[in-house]
Amino acid sequence: MASLTALSPFDGLLPLVEGSIAITEITCEAITWLAPLQGQDVSVSDALSAQISTALPTPNRATGTAAHRAVWAGPSQFLVLGPALTPIPGAAMVDQTSAWAVCTVDGVQAAEILARLVPIDLRDSRFAIGHAARTLLGHMTCLLIRTDTARYDVLVFRSMAGTAAHELERALRMVTARGG
Amino acid sequence: MRIEGKGRVNRDTPLRFHFNDTPIQGFQGDTVASALLANGVKLVGRSFKYHRPRGVMTAGSEEPNALIQVGVGDGMLPNVRATMQEIYKGLETSSQNHIGPLAYDVLSVNDLAAPFLSAGFYYKTFMWPRAFWERLYEPAIRRAAGLGEMTKTAHPAENERAFAFCDVLVIGGGPAGLMAALTAAQSGADVILLDEAAELGGRLLSDGEDIDGVPAPYWVEDMTKALAEAGVRIMARTTATGLYDGLTFGAVERVGAHLPAAPDLPQECFWRIQADQAVLAAGALERPIAFPDNDRPGVMLASAIRTYLNRFGVAAGQNVTLFTTNDDAHKTALELLDAQLDVTVLDSRAGVAPLGDYRVIDNAHVIGTKGRKALRELTYRTASGSFKLETDCLGLSGGWNPNVHLTCHLGARPIWNATVSAFVPADGAVKGLHPAGACAGNFSTEACLRGGVEAAAQALKALGKRVRRPDLPRASHDAGATSVLWSVEVKGRAWLDFANDVTSKDVRQSAKEGFRSVEHMKRYTTQGMAPDQGKNSNIGALALLADATGRGIAETGTTTYRPPFTPVSIATMGAGAQGKGFAPERLTTSHRAATARGAPMIEAGLWYRPSYFPAPGETHWRQSCDREVTMVRNAVGVVDVSTLGKIEIIGPDAGAFLDFLYTNTFSTLKPGRVRYGLMLREDGHVMDDGTTACLAAGHYVTTTTTAAAGQVMAHMEFVAQCLRPDWDVRFTSVTEQWAQFSIAGPRARDLLNFVLDTPIDDATFPFMQCGTVSVHGIEGRLFRISFSGEHAYEIAVPSCYGDALYRDLVARAEALGGGAYGMEALNVLRLEKGFLTHAEIYGRATAFDIGMQRMLSTQKDFIGKAAATRPGLMDPNRERLIALKPVGAVKELSAGAHLFEAEAEATRVNDLGYVTSVGYSPTLGHFIGLGFLQNGPDRVGHHMKMVDHLRGITAEVKICDPVFFDPDGGRARG
Repeated sequence: MASLTALSPFDGLLPLVEGSIAITEITCEAITWLAPLQGQDVSVSDALSAQISTALPTPNRATGTAAHRAVWAGPSQFLVLGPALTPIPGAAMVDQTSAWAVCTVDGVQAAEILARLVPIDLRDSRFAIGHAARTLLGHMTCLLIRTDTARYDVLVFRSMAGTAAHELERALRMVTARGG
Repeated sequence: MRIEGKGRVNRDTPLRFHFNDTPIQGFQGDTVASALLANGVKLVGRSFKYHRPRGVMTAGSEEPNALIQVGVGDGMLPNVRATMQEIYKGLETSSQNHIGPLAYDVLSVNDLAAPFLSAGFYYKTFMWPRAFWERLYEPAIRRAAGLGEMTKTAHPAENERAFAFCDVLVIGGGPAGLMAALTAAQSGADVILLDEAAELGGRLLSDGEDIDGVPAPYWVEDMTKALAEAGVRIMARTTATGLYDGLTFGAVERVGAHLPAAPDLPQECFWRIQADQAVLAAGALERPIAFPDNDRPGVMLASAIRTYLNRFGVAAGQNVTLFTTNDDAHKTALELLDAQLDVTVLDSRAGVAPLGDYRVIDNAHVIGTKGRKALRELTYRTASGSFKLETDCLGLSGGWNPNVHLTCHLGARPIWNATVSAFVPADGAVKGLHPAGACAGNFSTEACLRGGVEAAAQALKALGKRVRRPDLPRASHDAGATSVLWSVEVKGRAWLDFANDVTSKDVRQSAKEGFRSVEHMKRYTTQGMAPDQGKNSNIGALALLADATGRGIAETGTTTYRPPFTPVSIATMGAGAQGKGFAPERLTTSHRAATARGAPMIEAGLWYRPSYFPAPGETHWRQSCDREVTMVRNAVGVVDVSTLGKIEIIGPDAGAFLDFLYTNTFSTLKPGRVRYGLMLREDGHVMDDGTTACLAAGHYVTTTTTAAAGQVMAHMEFVAQCLRPDWDVRFTSVTEQWAQFSIAGPRARDLLNFVLDTPIDDATFPFMQCGTVSVHGIEGRLFRISFSGEHAYEIAVPSCYGDALYRDLVARAEALGGGAYGMEALNVLRLEKGFLTHAEIYGRATAFDIGMQRMLSTQKDFIGKAAATRPGLMDPNRERLIALKPVGAVKELSAGAHLFEAEAEATRVNDLGYVTSVGYSPTLGHFIGLGFLQNGPDRVGHHMKMVDHLRGITAEVKICDPVFFDPDGGRARG
């Protein structure tokens, strides 16, 4: 039997490194779209906690750690990044592992780089660690998660990975060219 | 000339740059204007219309005269204000708007023709003959009335755009702005302070005042430090250019424009700043005074003379005269005196005494000037007669105009305040924007400092923060007395708008000809339309208009203030949007493989899809397309169909949801089966079509067309969230998750069974079957559906395997005599079968029009049902779907052509229909097409005339049934 070689979305595009800033691809074992059916929010959240020790987040928030993270992704919709989940009764679940291109922008100037592309307020007081937003990255829609003081995870459509890398590369270049 | 001991330029760092190829020596911190003045260069440009010699008039962004070109070649930028461009080593600048050397501009003959070139001249003169305007007059006039040259290719330097947010935005770093920022920051607000100059301070750096007993520049230094320590984000070289809804500001930052070119450093950054509250501390601009020949090089604003002296250590002249209506210019006189320069003050008021050892002539009005390329002499008039005075620099001071611009950008009008003889912001002009200091009409330094604190206090209260007021520093309370003088009444051309060459005579002419409204006067004379947007002339012009029409200034009012406050290049606003930044590129997983095979791409929405795959020896796309079609009909072809929208729908009410969305029924679809569906808009017209597969009970995957994927998703969200929130259904797009390939042709199953771990046959996988399969050990999905009429499948694997599977399928297909095919062949294949795309269901077609009225279920409700069954949408005379083929001497069909009776004239009134899609069918050996024709199905078999007026094609065509190939569908099922 022949075997199929998997390619990651940012294959050949990332990492980008300038000084202390690094934009690198994150490969998740699985990305599961999870949508509790009507009236099932609590039971689904409990079932998720039982599987990965992470409850469902409230809107515009993410829960969990780098190993397994649950992110609000829309009304009654979540993305779970981490190991594949076993089916949860009362929830619609769809494998989206290949659908998203995931990268992290890491470094003290991460917010400055994102300020070139993301139109929302990223100040500490408004977008703290654990906050998440469906927003824009340049002309693309994205899911943005603040995972640490100077670290943001960005999810974009796989088909747009090339454009995302191009936009991030341009912002990175220009911010670092300003110096300090 | 440089004055020792004055100025803030760094005398330890001399810098050399070029103006019109002449080396000019300046210092770090100089602008082009200050360096030119320091070197005695007075003539820097030619005026817009009359090509009169002009020099530097101001020291700020309002400069109307000293517009220069910066850079060379493709990197040249015209209309840069010399007063804002900081010098750097290697800077190349040149004057603009002249033919031949600047000093001997050929076009200065325009000035001799001035009596003919007054306002309205073009409108009256160049009307006849009509055709001459575009071919002769306009190009000639544009050549003469220029604002620098245009480069032919894109500027090589890059710009950027960025977003910023703050609790309080403070615009302007003068006394009011500094105090506002300090107050807001020490009260706990997150503050951005921006100023358009290179350093904070505003006029405090120009005016030689003391604050708290120390020279103001020292106080500014301490404040700048204090602000930085308080966490204020200071943005120097940044101009707030516009105010938009919700306290969103546009601002332009000069990032690299003042530095030698550096890799990756943007020239400018266009900021969108969202503020919760804002303080406007934009200051005020000095007014010139209109009198004959007040535009010679050497005539400046008095405040600019003071700025050049104190900020740059430059004397704008040796023998300076000030013509003033107010006390402020006398301060300038004292400072010039202190710098050992000769000063005379001509004051329009009576009974004015000098403040020091300089000559004051009171009750005096300047009535003329002399000097061809620079001011040499002026004539003034007093009660006792006219007198001449030798002078090389004349400073004008007609009072101050507050910079109210941003308070007006949302539609408010400023209010005339007779006490300060100026327009000031209307109370509450913009909610959340608090004007402070000179821009609010408070001119003394103390009033500015206090105004800044109070404006910040208002902002902080609105934010619900406790106000911690800083101590108010000691400063001058004296704003000085002033009187009003707009223009000196003497015969001759007195300039109001220096940038657009508009004189007081033009304004009076406008009133005389009936253009009495200030907006009409502006358009008639072009006053205020130049790059400076009338900063130096609007108020003076409307005051003259008020006088000429016998109205008051308040009654006359101002023209509309619109963004931007200063010119913004389109390149900066659109930064990053060229080339790859124009729009996202969506690439399929097979993109690399297709590109490697030399396939040209066509865009479908944001997607890039291969058009065709040229084989060795093929020189025309039609050769490739014909070969690919024949290949699919005879062997097997592979095409990437991942771009089609795929939506997974899950939940107990998923079936009901689909029944409501589609005209036909899906709740009865059994797991493992696929059905074609038609979706209408609420207005009864077709929105989209596609197949839906039932993967399991209450679990479907719906496909949309590539073009309508987003629209259908939004439609579904609307239905689920607004129309039927009671239904328990969840759905998400899986378009990106699956790489999906169509395998079509008589040998499709042979190819498929090479890659499936468990082979299929007709019994296990009949037409319109779907299911989960194992593809080289990877779980995938298989759908037996056909868009070509052939025995065909669509196979899907997670996108990460798309590249590998596509390459594998194409290689194996080639071994079977098949291969990859592209969009051109796909289009021909579907045309042969009469299948539709958005060329046919393009928004105006109904189910009835495309012959699918039988799909409108009578057993249930669905979106668009009521509208679709209206008599008007079921009228047989509507333009309805037909196919056509050429039957005359001309063998070509053309999409976009119209259809006429064979004998009728091809005119609009005889138009019976149109052609939507055409292609050459190698299977049938002739062109085929689809189109819409009145009463179409009833005309099948008729001969008609097809005319494409644009391409000049006329062909005799036969109207046909839409299905040309395999009408009973045996090939797809078999």
